[in-house]
Amino acid sequence: MARIGVFVCWCGSNIAATVDVKEVAKEAAKMSGVVLSTDYQYMCSEIGQNLLRNAIKKEKLDRVVVAACSPRMHEVTFRKAAELAGLNPYLVEIANIREHCSWVHKNKDEATEKAIALVRAAVAKVTLNQELIPGEIGIEKRALVIGGGIAGIQTALDIADAGYMVDVIEKTPSIGGKMAQIDKTFPTLDCSACILTPKMVDASMHPNINLHTYSEVEKVSGYVGNFEVTINKKARSVIIEKCSGCGVCIEKCPSRKTKSEFEEGLVNRKAIYTPFPQAVPNVPVIDREACIKFKTGKCGICKKVCTAEAIDFEQEDTKIIQKYGAIVVSTGYDLIDLAKFGEYAYGEDPDVITSLEFERITNAAGPTAGKLLRPSNNEKPEKVVFIQCVGSRDKTCRGKTYCSKICCMYTAKHAMLIKEKYPDIEVHVFYIDVRTPGKNFDEFQRRAVEEYGVNYIKGMVGKVFPDGDKLRVYGVDALSGDTIEIDADLVVLAAATKAKEDAEELGRKLSISTDTNNFFTEAHPKLRPVETHSAGIYLAGACQGPKDIPETVAQASAAASKAIILLSKSKLINNPCVAKVDETICCGCLECTNICPYEAIASTIIEYRDHGKMIKKLVSEVNEALCQGCGGCTVTCRPGAIDLKGFSNKQILAEVDALCF
Amino acid sequence: MTRVKVNPSNRDKEISRIIEISGENIYSCMQCSKCSASCPANSEMDILPHQVVRILQLGNYERIVNSQTIWNCASCFTCGARCPRDIDITKIMEAIRLTVIRNKGESRIDVDELPEKIDDKMPHQAIVSVFRKYRK
Amino acid sequence: MLLESKENLTIDKEEFKPLIVAFCCNWCSYAGADLAGTSRLNYPANIRIIKVPCSCRVNPNFVLRAFQNGADGVVIAGCHPGDCHYSTGNYFARRRLTLFTSLLNYIGIESERLKVDWISAAEANKFATVMNDVLEKVHKLGPNRKLRDVRWKR
Repeated sequence: MARIGVFVCWCGSNIAATVDVKEVAKEAAKMSGVVLSTDYQYMCSEIGQNLLRNAIKKEKLDRVVVAACSPRMHEVTFRKAAELAGLNPYLVEIANIREHCSWVHKNKDEATEKAIALVRAAVAKVTLNQELIPGEIGIEKRALVIGGGIAGIQTALDIADAGYMVDVIEKTPSIGGKMAQIDKTFPTLDCSACILTPKMVDASMHPNINLHTYSEVEKVSGYVGNFEVTINKKARSVIIEKCSGCGVCIEKCPSRKTKSEFEEGLVNRKAIYTPFPQAVPNVPVIDREACIKFKTGKCGICKKVCTAEAIDFEQEDTKIIQKYGAIVVSTGYDLIDLAKFGEYAYGEDPDVITSLEFERITNAAGPTAGKLLRPSNNEKPEKVVFIQCVGSRDKTCRGKTYCSKICCMYTAKHAMLIKEKYPDIEVHVFYIDVRTPGKNFDEFQRRAVEEYGVNYIKGMVGKVFPDGDKLRVYGVDALSGDTIEIDADLVVLAAATKAKEDAEELGRKLSISTDTNNFFTEAHPKLRPVETHSAGIYLAGACQGPKDIPETVAQASAAASKAIILLSKSKLINNPCVAKVDETICCGCLECTNICPYEAIASTIIEYRDHGKMIKKLVSEVNEALCQGCGGCTVTCRPGAIDLKGFSNKQILAEVDALCF
Repeated sequence: MTRVKVNPSNRDKEISRIIEISGENIYSCMQCSKCSASCPANSEMDILPHQVVRILQLGNYERIVNSQTIWNCASCFTCGARCPRDIDITKIMEAIRLTVIRNKGESRIDVDELPEKIDDKMPHQAIVSVFRKYRK
Repeated sequence: MLLESKENLTIDKEEFKPLIVAFCCNWCSYAGADLAGTSRLNYPANIRIIKVPCSCRVNPNFVLRAFQNGADGVVIAGCHPGDCHYSTGNYFARRRLTLFTSLLNYIGIESERLKVDWISAAEANKFATVMNDVLEKVHKLGPNRKLRDVRWKR
């Protein structure tokens, strides 16, 4: 017979005002198995917990019911208290008589009656509770970073500095991401490459960091501490170990028809190429779509000129399977396609460019060597018009409903960069609102207006007409109500940012969720901003939402520290309330394996002796480390062989019976 | 300048009617003025389209109906096509015009007189809209 | 006051106090019920909540057992579809319970007695509304007699 102790909490007057706690304790004492029933003002206080601990020892209680606030509040507290007194923590049940009773009911009689019923249910359940011991799982001391932009680089460096091995997967041939394309960074106007390239080199030289460029995640399985990731290393056709990075192959390659992705299509690149001169690793890639050798079989010049014999046309995609303890996702963002914005003539006139193309034009390492030239005729423009919010804060199907966050600042930066180099160029900025929260951000934007004489116009541009070699920009100044017409030479569109096209697919591989805009969702918007709902997977940078560089770096370090916290543990303790298969009943239909969202149930063959014969039988087996305890399988199981520890069929039925008493 | 009483929460009857007839959410507007910038008739307007929406938000019906803008609107739909907030300003303009017409007081069409006025080439739609606009 | 044993099953409708058993998932609906408490909302005292890890843990057997033991209505509440803590649990619950509702209908139990709804941790108001609504409907239907096991006291 169980020896159950019932402790009824007053919670000051929170419970005691609407529930007759004395009556509850009196009734509880009559319930089967209850040997002690008492009440106290504040069970969660030090004294209350001592009362519980002493009672367990003195009365030799083997089960405890605390009738108090919601288990979401203090279940952990009371379980710890019980554990200190030598009782298995899972032999404690909470009857929620505050949130579910005293706070929602006014009539004292009714509330007392309900409280007694709730205590009865808890007593009925706890009678059937069993000691549960949480399992332990080991942790693979290695982290994976998906995406090698500034977020990925920072995360990798931080984790590596803590002494753990890190692998970085980057889809393109070089790490660096969007930041490598940018010219200057706001609000200090220091050169992006000058601060990024040393970090890229650090990442490649770090003994704990392993770069997988030109690679993608193919499959992810496993669970926190023990992810197993299949990485597809695309065939580079150049042997990384042999290549000296001399660049002769690139120079001699005759194929020059492909638009350079890194230069935002402003110039062409060769079929064998490195995205940019400071690429890490500085090893070229053959674009097999463009390569004449791969298309026609004739050419192979690169192979002939390569003295290091690094070119390998036969190279194939290779798969790497590696175990990781933690995963950080930092896949970044893209700009939206402006094809739907016909009124701005993007794609129709070469002098209408996106802000990222402008970054390349103004970049000293870019196609114009930093000279501001119109793409159409390579002449210096006289009037430049910037249009903000192209596709941002847009409720139609053409754009995105959110604010892209970075455009106000980079547009001010662009305007300032022009004015600094060419004070004679007229610069107009059309905006809806200027949003510059951030350290030294508003001062920066105001400097563009006040010191550099950039003309900010509140209002949107209605249409950009290509007119001869000019662009006629029609707008309105919303404040004065004046209609405005500008004969511009260059129009720069601040296109909205968006999540990567393949974010949803990657999310599915990792079983992490994406929001309506395909950005990855954090576990809690305020308190858990870098964690995902899947334990052991963290987010860094613009893949979670639009972000500027300082925020990205901050989040990257936060994600790194979360990963380090995980990796530094010697083992993880898992939830003991997991499913359990009764092998003698299991019929081996494996229906449960289909519904398990964690792939925690697998099949196994057991052998047992029946009437002197050895019989082999196919049964399900639950991996307790993977099982999260949802209990879906218990209902699916046809013979009823699966039960959930802590919420067993018997326990729930006992509760139902007690409540209907 | 006259001081206007602003009380957007206590919506004017006429403003509610404009919202109802047009079916557009005027509170979605964030005053980017793209409609005004796109409008081919904006040079003739005393109040620009984005200002019309703002004045509606503020609830100043009188100022809208006394402006030339609503009659200068050519209903070309450019504003609505380019609006980033998915507001069809043309529908709002039409709704304002309808409230003016409906408020005119007299009923200009009588069912009994209709048969003799009908012309074979007249589209049916026109007959329906005549009732919508001119019959009280 | 304790529940008197109601041997006499001819209960006056005015006196009739339906008993509702609610199965709430730990992550959304149970938290929603907690929030209803924290917000001091009101719903009748004859609603009794049982915590389950996920709505997919609710075996139709539990519902039948509740009816058998004298519950007049049963509520099953989980996270909104797509928001399940276990990613897909509530989809399974939705399918099973749709089927189960038609089964109840088939055997002549009013389907209003079983309510399956999605209540998030933030929807305290919805929790109270759903509970009041179910109670009102069950009150109109009168006590559950068809499934009740007469050997059971209540």
